[in-house]
Amino acid sequence: MENHKNGRGEEVSIRADKLTKQYGDFIAANAISFEVYKGEIFGFLGANGAGKTTAMRMLCGLSTPSSGSATIAGFDVYKETEEIKKNIGYMSQKFSLYEDLTILENIRFYGGIYGLSRGELREKSAALIARLGLQGEANKLVASLPLGWKQKLAFSVAVLHQPRIVFLDEPTGGVDPVTRRQFWDLIYQAADQGVTIFVTTHYMDEAEYCNRISIMVDGSIAALDTPHRLKQQFGVASMDEVFYQLAREAKRADG
Amino acid sequence: MTQFTTFIKKEFYHVLRDRKTLLILFGMPVVQILIFGFALTNEVKNSKIVIADEAKDEVSTAIIRKIEASRYFEIEKAVANRQQIETVFKEGKVKVALLFPANFSKDLLHQNKAQVQILADATDPNHATALTNYLSSILQDYQSELNENQAIPYRIVPETRMLYNPQLKGAHNFVPGVMALVLMLVCVMMTAISIVKEKETGTMEVLLVSPFKPVLVILSKAIPYLILSLVNVGSILLLSVFVLDLPINGSLPLLLAESTLFIITCLTLGIFISIKTASQQTAMLISLMGMLLPTMLFSGFMFPIENMPIPLQVISNIIPAKWYYLIVKDIMIKGLGFEAIWKETLILVGITLFLFAISLKSFKIRLA
Repeated sequence: MENHKNGRGEEVSIRADKLTKQYGDFIAANAISFEVYKGEIFGFLGANGAGKTTAMRMLCGLSTPSSGSATIAGFDVYKETEEIKKNIGYMSQKFSLYEDLTILENIRFYGGIYGLSRGELREKSAALIARLGLQGEANKLVASLPLGWKQKLAFSVAVLHQPRIVFLDEPTGGVDPVTRRQFWDLIYQAADQGVTIFVTTHYMDEAEYCNRISIMVDGSIAALDTPHRLKQQFGVASMDEVFYQLAREAKRADG
Repeated sequence: MTQFTTFIKKEFYHVLRDRKTLLILFGMPVVQILIFGFALTNEVKNSKIVIADEAKDEVSTAIIRKIEASRYFEIEKAVANRQQIETVFKEGKVKVALLFPANFSKDLLHQNKAQVQILADATDPNHATALTNYLSSILQDYQSELNENQAIPYRIVPETRMLYNPQLKGAHNFVPGVMALVLMLVCVMMTAISIVKEKETGTMEVLLVSPFKPVLVILSKAIPYLILSLVNVGSILLLSVFVLDLPINGSLPLLLAESTLFIITCLTLGIFISIKTASQQTAMLISLMGMLLPTMLFSGFMFPIENMPIPLQVISNIIPAKWYYLIVKDIMIKGLGFEAIWKETLILVGITLFLFAISLKSFKIRLA
């Protein structure tokens, strides 16, 4: 990892260079370039159809880029997808737990497919359940949990195998701001331990929690900086307005 | 490997916790067998019978009286000979006939053995079998009454002739048919739905992002259904042997091996559907309309293929259930060995490999 440092000596977790995905005539992601550093919380914003999901899928090794290059935790997205998969965690907007399995079974299943040993699994699932305060609930079906808890559990499961980077695809859809705030406490804890967080979101209050954010418009990155500096740059008071100024120039239909 | 077992364990949780589906899964074959086995073999009551009594002696009269007294038969009319019996049969109202030869009681008294002929209209084989069985047991009854105080027993030997359908085609053909139907339903629909469900709930994405190989995701989905289907094959066979008295005439291991092959064909089909569809409803509709219906129509189980127009006969060849149905019939009913079914087996293997190849290809396209 030592050779993946930028000029300021920060370790680079994700590096994308002119990453492009084209479907026929349609360019879903157009030459996007950025770097994300270790332990950083990187917000990935954009209206529906702006190309967020496409970009994220390329970074996760789910789809092959049409051109450009990218490394995830130092591994190449073309050639080393298997290594990438071992080093990343992923949580989708649908929070992706099995409703008909208990909390404990979900933890063991996801830990299991990442190849954690029996001993590790026992230890980690006990620690996780204790940390979330779910001791009494461990053998209840996930279906019986409130949405906020499901999301916290899904995040904890996504980082169970100690990935270097976690991709969160609109992780807090449908929950109230208070629960969202609690969810972000978990994200901060993970970031403090050196996990890089790559998060897409619609919520501008969430955007403010990120260290840096990028805003995608029509497949390209239209802005990239800290929330504070972006607000200065656009001369506005809130992220909402920054986003609105950029998004209204979009030509692609909202979809 | 532990990853793989973790996955299979999870699949079993899914299946075993879904009580409703489980009930359908294991209840369906039982219900189908019982419906086909009993609802279709209606109990025989007051069936019309014609009797040709060429003997007109004491014994034949006694037997006729006994038949008349039973609640199973109602004597339609008495005719003189065999030709007249067939004429009555052709009218269609009478399904069974009894013929006493001219020297019936003479044979019985002097040789201690006499023949009677039972004729049945076997166009409905189940019905015909039931009627001849009832008739034989009445003769049996009379014979044992006759022999109560007899040193040398008299024997009345019924010679049964099934007219119009001597091999009783269709009699127990429904058991292989039900097997094909149930396996088709369980394997195709259940696998398709269970994979599409993961797509719908978003868990499939998480699985694809994990280091667990996509092909293994699909495989571990198929294995629980393979096991459940074998349980279904077992329960159908047990029911047919012990409840329907339909023995397995051929080799059981061969039958199980061929069933496993057909299950794999169906699983591959289910996987293919799941790759091509995005919602559980679509997957279910395609499985039902696209698989179940052709299976019923073209497997030869309900409608004989040889009576179909040529284009439909050609179409029937691509229905895997047709070949499985032929195989099971040959093993179970005719008691034939592998040398009789290797061609059908080869065709099934071919269909399976073809489906597997196109599934794998479209799965890879989807990932890219």
